[in-house]
Amino acid sequence: MELVVASSVGVLTAGGVYLILRPRAFPVILGLALLSYAVNIFLFSTGRLAVDAPPILSKYGDAAYTDPLPQALVLTAIVISFGMTAVLVMIALGAYLESDHDKVDMTEPEDGGAAEKDRAQ
Amino acid sequence: MSGASGLLPIIAILPFLGALVPGLMIRAGRTACAMFTAAPTLLALIMLLVLAPAVMQGEVLRAEIAWLPQLGLSASFFLDGLGLLFAGMILGVGLLITLYARHYLSGDDPMGQFYTYLLLFQGAMLGIVLSDNILLLLIFWELTSLSSFLLIGYWKHLPEGRQGARMALAVTGAGGLAMIGGMLILGEIAGSYNLTDILQQGEAIRASDLYLPALILILVGAFTKSAQFPFHFWLPHAMAAPTPVSAYLHSATMVKAGVFLMARMWPVLSGTEAWFYLVATTGLVTMVIGAAIALFKDDLKALLAFSTVSHLGLLTMLLGFGTPLAAVVAVFHVINHLTFKAALFMSAGIVDHAAHTRDIKRLGGLAKLMPVTTVIAAAAALSMAGIPLFNGFLSKEMMLEEAAHTSWAGSAWAVPALATVGALLSVAYSFRFVAHVFLGPVRDDYPAQPHDPPFGLWASPALLVALVLLIGLFPAATVGPLVAVAGGAVIGGELPGYSLKIWHGVTPALFMSVIAVAGGAFLLWRHRPLDRLWNAMPRPEAKAIFDAVVGRAAAASRHLTEASHNGAITRYLAIFVAATVALGYAAWSDGGLAAPTRGLLPVPPLVAVGWVMLLVATASVVAMHRRRFQALVLVGIIGLMISAGFIYLSAPDLALTQISVETVTILLLLLALHFMPKTTPRDNGPVLRLRDAAIALVAGGGVAALAYAFLVRDFSTISDYHLANSYEGGGGTNVVNVILVDFRGYDTYGEIIVLGIAGLTIYALMEALLNGPAARRLRNTDYSTDRSRDRHPLMMVIGTRVMMPIAVMVGVYIFLRGHNQPGGGFVAGLVISIALLMQYMASGFAWAQARQQIEYHSMIGWGVVVAGLTGAGAWLAGQPFLTSAFGYVHLPPIEEFELATAMLFDLGVFLTVLGAVMLMLYSLSRIARYAGETVNVEPMDYDPSQGAEADEKEGR
Repeated sequence: MELVVASSVGVLTAGGVYLILRPRAFPVILGLALLSYAVNIFLFSTGRLAVDAPPILSKYGDAAYTDPLPQALVLTAIVISFGMTAVLVMIALGAYLESDHDKVDMTEPEDGGAAEKDRAQ
Repeated sequence: MSGASGLLPIIAILPFLGALVPGLMIRAGRTACAMFTAAPTLLALIMLLVLAPAVMQGEVLRAEIAWLPQLGLSASFFLDGLGLLFAGMILGVGLLITLYARHYLSGDDPMGQFYTYLLLFQGAMLGIVLSDNILLLLIFWELTSLSSFLLIGYWKHLPEGRQGARMALAVTGAGGLAMIGGMLILGEIAGSYNLTDILQQGEAIRASDLYLPALILILVGAFTKSAQFPFHFWLPHAMAAPTPVSAYLHSATMVKAGVFLMARMWPVLSGTEAWFYLVATTGLVTMVIGAAIALFKDDLKALLAFSTVSHLGLLTMLLGFGTPLAAVVAVFHVINHLTFKAALFMSAGIVDHAAHTRDIKRLGGLAKLMPVTTVIAAAAALSMAGIPLFNGFLSKEMMLEEAAHTSWAGSAWAVPALATVGALLSVAYSFRFVAHVFLGPVRDDYPAQPHDPPFGLWASPALLVALVLLIGLFPAATVGPLVAVAGGAVIGGELPGYSLKIWHGVTPALFMSVIAVAGGAFLLWRHRPLDRLWNAMPRPEAKAIFDAVVGRAAAASRHLTEASHNGAITRYLAIFVAATVALGYAAWSDGGLAAPTRGLLPVPPLVAVGWVMLLVATASVVAMHRRRFQALVLVGIIGLMISAGFIYLSAPDLALTQISVETVTILLLLLALHFMPKTTPRDNGPVLRLRDAAIALVAGGGVAALAYAFLVRDFSTISDYHLANSYEGGGGTNVVNVILVDFRGYDTYGEIIVLGIAGLTIYALMEALLNGPAARRLRNTDYSTDRSRDRHPLMMVIGTRVMMPIAVMVGVYIFLRGHNQPGGGFVAGLVISIALLMQYMASGFAWAQARQQIEYHSMIGWGVVVAGLTGAGAWLAGQPFLTSAFGYVHLPPIEEFELATAMLFDLGVFLTVLGAVMLMLYSLSRIARYAGETVNVEPMDYDPSQGAEADEKEGR
């Protein structure tokens, strides 16, 4: 099971990293989503894996419980990464609507800047 | 700490407190403003005088306010003879300058600002001389650089002022940085950052291997501040400041800070060869060069500036000699230089004020027109020249006497000869100051008719000149005790035998003095040809060199910035990921890895299937990410598999949250994708893609290895506490939920605020977007081609409407059980928002919006308020913020149930989540309205119950 979880984290990370290195906004958003999954599972697994031991206190005698703290952390992390994704989507959408392309790099000078440079020379 | 020494921190803080006032009081008039500036200074001076008698008897007063004792940081102050001397000078001259500036500044100058800066500077200076902790001293040291920057650049409209201020800041700031390094080394050697401790450890510090680096770094700081060669060039350029600033900073106080520091550290650092050759040589060279340049300056203030450089060199040289007597002479000369130089600066300011020029070549003959000023300036200048009966003579004689007994690198005559040359040049420029400005025939081409100024302007210099004479005539009676106690503080031991008197008999110093005066007079007589010769000589122009260095540094940093920050965020990310992986690898290869302690859990077949699906889905997302809709669907699969994994691995809360967040995220992305390109063009070539793939694989492999490494090893956790106290302390059996709303309630409170802010940010972004060019683009783009003909199908409308109450019920159920079973405010908020989203999707935005009465903004606000008030409610019970209370209620028809304040808090979480999610959707839908989407009033595009009626409406 440990191998399953570790390999999942690795594959999600690799996919996420590859996608955030794409020069367009939408793949970057997808990549961040994959990275969020990877990070959430990673954090969750710091509590180690346990089967049939949810951290719900049992009324009937002793039961095994998994570590609840990483779960609480990851729960808020999931919600916050949703908020982050939403803001990113809006920024990407806004950038696309304003500039008519969704490239994330700013290496090519804008038209206005180039014109100004020409005038200066 | 005795009662009286408690005044020390108050003295140090008074100017800073006072600095707040002048900026406001300027509305009450200029005189009131000046008086409110003088008040804290006067108060501090009075307190200092209260403490003075004890210090004069040799006591050292200390006051300490501990701050971070672990780091050796404390606000500790101490006052000994040296501190008393400098603090007295700073406050005393500060008062005189306040008076002088009141009359000097014109009506157009913002006087409130000036006085505020002046008090800031005064506070910083006082801090330097009173600090016991060297870290505190460093802070004040930097503060003097900053406040002097403000003062030098006070006349913002003058380019010289701005450039001079920048140069002063660059040079003294750089020196300050060096000194921080030196002081830290010193503190490390001594094992304490308290000056009083460091001063006890001179032997150990001089013997340390780090002595030389510490010495050099500290000296760089002191030399830059005190304008020693080759850092002297900033001081003349700082003369663009208003004259009161020059008189205060550049004669009396700031430039003396370096001298003060050398004197303060004298018992620790002096007495070695390195000290002698570094300090004495620098001082000697500075003294001679400064005096030579001063002789050929035509600007009155430039002449005085270089003479100050020269005199600072003299002081440095005396401290550099390393003999106790020389140190005492240095202290004595500090007092004398202060009195005559401040008076001279103020006189120069008066001349400038009256004649509207400071150019010596355009002046002359002012003695008849400005008799009062002439007397003041002449007395001060004669003192600077070192003429008997004035105080400058006494310390200069003692300096020459010391120089006569000093040999430099085996040569017995080098120091005396150069010291005599310095004194000779000093006589020459002092005489020139008097002869070429005040003597000679009255001219008729002054830019303005010179006249003596009002009393307020000449009162301050007159007082100083009175001191010049008093000290000159009765040195032992006036400043004798002060010199003794301050000198004793510098030496840190027994005072050497000396006497402050005018006639010491026929000594070598007397001959040197006679040579200096005669030679100086000769130089003045031959000034004109010498001046021509000097001007014909090529000289390095410090400002040009400085500007070139700064220009090159700026160009280099711009080059570096542009080369490394070229705007390609993909490149930054690639570098960032690669560097992180490399660092991780470095850390891993350094440390050993303990053997695994945990066995592996078995993998049931179903889990294996899920795992394969996850891997395939992820690979497919990467492979077909350019087809955006398909990629989104695949992301949904990944989320689903992860939720399933959470269920299997005992995290039901996470599974619930993940699956509902998944739904909302995909819905949001689908909505956004509607307005974006549906495919991603291929921008990168195969090489770049291969590089990215390599980085991605290495990063993924690294993370997987790391995760596996800790998964097979045991760990310690603090969760046992949570498990043990969840029921008794928090009243809930769902430990995750109790952690969220109780143990770590503060974190959750922060989280929901962040989520609310995210919602509002999106709303604001849309608002800004729809008022810009994006709105035009939206209107002009035709989105109808990818729009279904039946946008609101009957089945879906009816289906979601039937499901709505069930979904809400599920939400309420999840919310209520949250404290004891998986669920809670986060999940409930998401579930209900999905239920609402379904309505919006099925029946159209306008139709759904018209049927909902609550504004989402206020829902977010209420959520935060409810959560906050619940937390604050704990205060009423005398508990800390967010302590929960709970009880069990039994109502007959229902089973016994629990009421906990944590539930109210969870309600706040619920409201915020719901409001934020819905506000995000609302914002996106507003875009749709701009994109020309028709507003549907009816829930369905085709409603069979309306029949033909609807078709008619459509047609109308």
